[in-house]
Amino acid sequence: MTSILAFCEQRNGEFRKTAFECLGEARRIADKIGCKAVAVVIGDNISEKSRALSEHGADEIVAIDSPVFSHHSPEACAKALSDVSKSLKPKAIFLSASSIGKDIAARLGALLDSSVASDCTDILFEGKIMAKKPVYAGKAIETISFHGEPAIITMRPNVFAPINIKKDGRFESFQSSVSEHDVKSRSISTESTHGGKKDLVESDIIVSGGRGMGGPDQYKILEELADALGGVVGASRASVDSGWRPHSDQVGQTGKIVSPKLYIACGISGAIQHIVGMKDSRCIVAINKDSEAPIFKIADYGIVGDLFEIVPELTKEIKKIRGIA
Amino acid sequence: MKIIVCIKRVPDTTTRVRIGADGRSIDPNVEYVINPYDEHAIEEGVRIKEKFGGDVTLVSLGPDGAKDTLRKALALGADNAIHLKADISGIHDSLSVAKALAECIKSLEHDIILFGKQAIDNDDLLVGPMVAQFLGLPSVSVVVKMDISEKKVVCRREIEGALEIVETHIPCVITTQKGLNEPRYASLKGIMEAKKKPIEERVVSMSPSKIEITRMELPPERIGGKFIGKGKADVHRIIELLKSEAKVL
Repeated sequence: MTSILAFCEQRNGEFRKTAFECLGEARRIADKIGCKAVAVVIGDNISEKSRALSEHGADEIVAIDSPVFSHHSPEACAKALSDVSKSLKPKAIFLSASSIGKDIAARLGALLDSSVASDCTDILFEGKIMAKKPVYAGKAIETISFHGEPAIITMRPNVFAPINIKKDGRFESFQSSVSEHDVKSRSISTESTHGGKKDLVESDIIVSGGRGMGGPDQYKILEELADALGGVVGASRASVDSGWRPHSDQVGQTGKIVSPKLYIACGISGAIQHIVGMKDSRCIVAINKDSEAPIFKIADYGIVGDLFEIVPELTKEIKKIRGIA
Repeated sequence: MKIIVCIKRVPDTTTRVRIGADGRSIDPNVEYVINPYDEHAIEEGVRIKEKFGGDVTLVSLGPDGAKDTLRKALALGADNAIHLKADISGIHDSLSVAKALAECIKSLEHDIILFGKQAIDNDDLLVGPMVAQFLGLPSVSVVVKMDISEKKVVCRREIEGALEIVETHIPCVITTQKGLNEPRYASLKGIMEAKKKPIEERVVSMSPSKIEITRMELPPERIGGKFIGKGKADVHRIIELLKSEAKVL
């Protein structure tokens, strides 16, 4: 029986949320086609943990467990995944459009002579697999179909829902042809940049600041609001270019494309390159002193006024309902 | 050091996209610029040359307009440029573009091959690592810092919520992220010299695309303004709405 492969990403033996998103979508599409959803896990000493993927819709779990993968290397991972693909001949391979997934997908495409649909926000099955993908930072949406199999698709994080359906999860240990010789670049270590907080693209709540913040120190009030909400702080291009915030905080066309549950834009006027980065948020709140600012046209809720009065008031009220002193 | 920088001409970030007559691409009558991430690749290439010696060769695949883009990049300190022209028109997928670029780069001496991390038109992040795979080279994507000593290259790259430190060696492919460097502006001298620098033209045979864009559409317009309040007094109301109506608190 044919299959859909979901590459389930792990870091230090822990599955990323995106792993369950990929597997959930593989389950949904496999059910439409009438084929198997197969979870593929690559790493060192990951076999035991992989078995838990049966709780998230995997008919089969293929683990490639080897010390070769103790340090992440995209070349080695892509080769291992292409070995699995050549053996199972799946209809499609789903990966997360994460920093690891995007690298592997590109190399996998070259290895299998298949093209890749990147950073997709919807996957369809209408007799054949198709994917919807934002282009020009979301100013337009493409519908893509594939010539030949497998279709390689990377999925935008935080868009697809994981599922909790128990399946057989038949476990198979797969021997790939990868050796130390294939490891050409090696991940040595990581340095946390957000003080251990979530990355913007993975966060459910973002409090963002723009030119209206006036300087780097003023972001403290946004940090306080974000902390009260359990979210993280983002920034507009203007504030990143002014050196107030690091580039990793930038939301918009030359920054990150985010789709949290709640996006609070403070002192951001709403230039098109910013809007395209956050317009898919479920709920948008704008705070700006200029009632004519374009951000109010797309915000669900807004307050016209001085953000330095409004934001601390919001923080106070949120703390009250959350029971934080 | 033989440095190759692959660049692309893309619509400016301020562009308002309209769907073209074929329903599968954008109306091409827009302002074009060098892909913003490629500016960091060019700058890094020129800095590596300034530090270690050698030369910087630009490669761009695209229509006639790519020549202007190459000329602008030559003014920033690159030495040579190759304009690749596709033998067939139409939309080329990342795979066919990567094959064409890899073929070209094979014919050139190369130690470091630089790309912007993604082109801001297709937003794919595919071509750099695909070219690396075709050339059998290591690659490091989304790099914000790189140090070269002898054959060793140590990069810091952006991953979710952290920087990953990756070690590799020359020859390799690096894709650049904003923050790697501050791209310079072209000097008058640079612009004058660029006029005399060679742009070699090569026609490349493109392999057929493995994907097809069946349609392109504008995203549904977001209509806001359910409630717009005024001043601190309305904070309470907003919180109520976020709780009861939007259900996000």
